[in-house]
Formats: sequence, C-alpha cells, structure tokens
Amino acid sequence: MTLLAIDWLLIIEKLILIAIIVFASLGIALYTTFAERKVAAVLQDRPGPNRAGPFGLLQPFADGLKLIMKEEIIPSHANKVLFVLGPGLAMTAALMTCSVIPWSSHLEIFDRKVDLQIADINIGILYIFGVVSMGVYGMMIGGWASNNKFSLMAALRGASQAISYELAMGLSLIAVLMLSGSLSLKTIVDGQMAEGSYWNIVYQPLGFIIFFVCALAECNRTPFDLPEAENELNFGYHQEYSSMKLGFYLFSEYINMIMSSAVMASLYFGGFDVPFLDESTLAPNIAALIGVAALLTKIVIFIFVFMWIRWTVPRFRYDQLMNLGWKTMIPLALFNMLVTGALILLKAGV
Amino acid sequence: MQALTNRAQEVSRKPMTFMERLYIPGILKGMAITFSHIFKKQPTIRYPEQKREFSPVFRGLHVLNRDEQGRERCTACGLCAVACPAEAITMEAAEREVGQENLYREEKYAAKYEINMLRCIFCGLCEEACPKDAIYLSETFAPANFTRSGFIYGKDHLLIPNPVTEPAAYAAAKGQKN
Repeated sequence: MTLLAIDWLLIIEKLILIAIIVFASLGIALYTTFAERKVAAVLQDRPGPNRAGPFGLLQPFADGLKLIMKEEIIPSHANKVLFVLGPGLAMTAALMTCSVIPWSSHLEIFDRKVDLQIADINIGILYIFGVVSMGVYGMMIGGWASNNKFSLMAALRGASQAISYELAMGLSLIAVLMLSGSLSLKTIVDGQMAEGSYWNIVYQPLGFIIFFVCALAECNRTPFDLPEAENELNFGYHQEYSSMKLGFYLFSEYINMIMSSAVMASLYFGGFDVPFLDESTLAPNIAALIGVAALLTKIVIFIFVFMWIRWTVPRFRYDQLMNLGWKTMIPLALFNMLVTGALILLKAGV
Repeated sequence: MQALTNRAQEVSRKPMTFMERLYIPGILKGMAITFSHIFKKQPTIRYPEQKREFSPVFRGLHVLNRDEQGRERCTACGLCAVACPAEAITMEAAEREVGQENLYREEKYAAKYEINMLRCIFCGLCEEACPKDAIYLSETFAPANFTRSGFIYGKDHLLIPNPVTEPAAYAAAKGQKN
C-alpha cells in the first residue's frame, strides 16, 4: 500500500507549475519576436511594426497566424521522419531548460510550501548543459534531413560552433561552482542572496563575460549567427522548412534566449534576488512574487542586451569564430578558473 | 599612378594595439552609438494618416476644371492630346445643344475624355498646352487598381466637383494650387 502514499498534491502542484512556466515562456517568446522587431526599428530610427493593434501589439499573433496558414512542405528527397523530428527536438530542448531554474523562493498556500521551481535537482547545471547540447541535435537533424547542401553546411557550422563554445562556457562555470560549492541552481542563488555575500558578477566579471559571449554563440545570435547566415547559406539549417515547422525553429531560438537569460541571471545576477532588500522581513508570498518580478526584469534586460548586440555588431567570419572560441575564450576561461581556485585557496588559508 | 583627386588617403596598416585587439571597448563604443539612436527623432512619415507636404509645383493626377458657375471649361480642342509626349490622352468632341449652357462654357465640349494613367508620365505639358485652363495636375497621386482598364480615367474620374453645388468637395479636389 505504500505505492498509494504518493503526495498527489505535489504532483498537481508541479503540473500546474509546469503548465504556467511553459505557457509563460511561450508567451514571452511570442512577444520577444515582437520586441526584436521593435528594438531593431528603434535602434535604426524607424517606428517598427505599428499596424496590428495599438502600437502593433497584436503583430506576433498576425505572424503566428501567417506561419500556421502557410503551406506545409516536406521536400521529396528529405528524410521525412527526421525532417519532422528536427523542429520538435529543437523546441523540446529549448523548453526543457526551464525545469531547473528557480523562478522564486516559495509560496505558502494553505500551510503548504510550494516551491517555485519545477525540480531542484542537485545537478541542475549539468542538466542544463545536457539539454542545451540536445538543442544542437534539433539543428543538426533538421539540416541533415532537409537533404540540401546549404542546410547541411549550416548544420555542421552550428554543431561545431555549439561544441566549441560549450567548452569555454563549461570552464567559466566551474569557477562559479568553486565559489558556490554546489551544482544546484537553487543553492547558487541562495548563496548569492545570503547576508554579507554579493552577486557572483562581483567575484566573476571575466567569467561572466566569457559565459555571456558563449551564451550568444549557443543561442545562435548575432554576431555568432553563422548557422543562418543569410548571405552565404541562404537561410541556414531551416532553409527547407515552411509553415509552423519553421515557426518552431524560430520560436525555439527565442525560448533559448529567454532560458539562457534566466540561467545567466541565476548564476551571476542573484536570480530572484532584489538588491538592497531583505526578503526575510516580508511575508513569504509577497517576497516570492517580488522575486518572480525581479527575475523577469533581469531576463528582460538580458534579452534587450541580446537584441542590442544583434543590431550593433556584424557577423563573425567562420575562421574568426573558431579562433575566438578556441584560442581566446578557452584559455581565458582556464585562466579565470585557475585564478579563482587560487584565490579561494588563499582565502581559506591553506 | 597619378591620383585623380587629391583626396586619396593612405590606408593605415599598423598592427592593432592591445586595446583594439580586446574588441570589447570597440563593441561597447558601437553599442553606445546604437543606443543613442533610441532617442533620435524618427524621419518616418506614417503615410496614410500623415501625408508629406508637396512642393507647389508637384504634378499629380489630372483634374478637368470648371469655371465659377460650375460649367466645364474644356472645349475639346485636342491641344493637350497633341502636346502629350506619351499619347495618353484621347477625347471625342460634341456640340453643345440648346439648354446645355449651364453645363458647358463653350459651344463645343468633350463628350469623352480619357487619360491612360499607365501611359501618362506626369510631365504637365497638357496643362501648359491648354488654352482654356481646363486641365491641370493636382496634388493627388498613387492611383491603384486591380486591372489595366481601371487605369484609364474617364470624365467621371477627372472632372472636378461642381463648385456651386458641392463647394467643399471642389475645394478639396482643387487643393492648394492656384
């Protein structure tokens, strides 16, 4: 009978949380596409989309409707199973990241403590890395299954770029792990919130820059958007895709952006921490909601910076990208790791 | 080789300094420039709602004018059709009947007057050729249609509203010109 002693409330609670987070991130991604166009426009002295609804706010729905209404084309020479699998995999990998991000502390509903994190697993960061690497499969499979040389080349570029930058990203993370002593994102955030400690950006400025650049590369954002370099590869790995399958690829890119912003906020900017505010003096529910708002604000700022960079910096050439990744980023990350380790040992007085 | 102008500048090939090789200061500088553009005034004219002001000599679609009493000025002399370099104007003349003096100013009038707006080059020579000040180019522009035949504007499109019966529409069609 022990099998029946499952905490059903926990399952329901987690399901509700999953639904909210997935739909919220989809909604935010929807409006990120709009924000991208608006930011691009404003940075280039244009008004941007302003026809659909007040200030063009209904534009993402018009875009989505357009994508759905388009004809669904599967090329006759494509591997049909993999061709359909590609966008799904990209989307799944993008969405799966959100399960370990601590969105806030916890709510108290009817004497029940509801953690605002889907799963506080003790290998949170490893999980994120695993899932992010899965995202490469979506691109790789899609590009390969299209049976188009441009798609394949773009997929190859994307895969090698992701692998190269994941190394530097991981190395820059090790320094954060040495500071916090845990792989759990929740513990890392709590460590930054604790009395007398600062956000990790204070201890890890170089590590953050490396992580940020690598995040740009992982999300295939300009200046590292080589997998979809329009001028040399037509449209990159999703060239043969149409309708909502293309939409999934484009959408997963924006979800990736949101998730990497959330990870960066959690790792380096205190997650749901509000600076100069002692959360323990507030009622837990209010503190949790303020925490969610704080994390969302940080995510929005990061997304704006992503876009701001996109509309400022031109794309790297492929050899420059590889040089930067292997000859600059990895040595710098190693250096950062060594210095951090040495300083921690010095402080511990060994 | 001798330079064509004295503005030629030698390209600097000195190796990049350490700060330049860091790239980050350069990127931040670029980002500051793009950020400053957020506060710049947009030159966009939001077209259907806002319209750009035309110069007084702007040559738009044609208007067949009426006199103060609302009579058509055109006498179908055909000088505009002769002047037209694009051969866009065709017309058929008719004689004014007794009792039509309030409709047409002269004894002869244009029963049919057509301008092919796809042929027209909006040069304004018809306006210059007209001895009766009957045709002039207005400030309206951008005709749109689904068929080619829709671009052949007859008298129903071209004739200005009657100033006696519809003064507001007449003023709107006349525009700011003369």
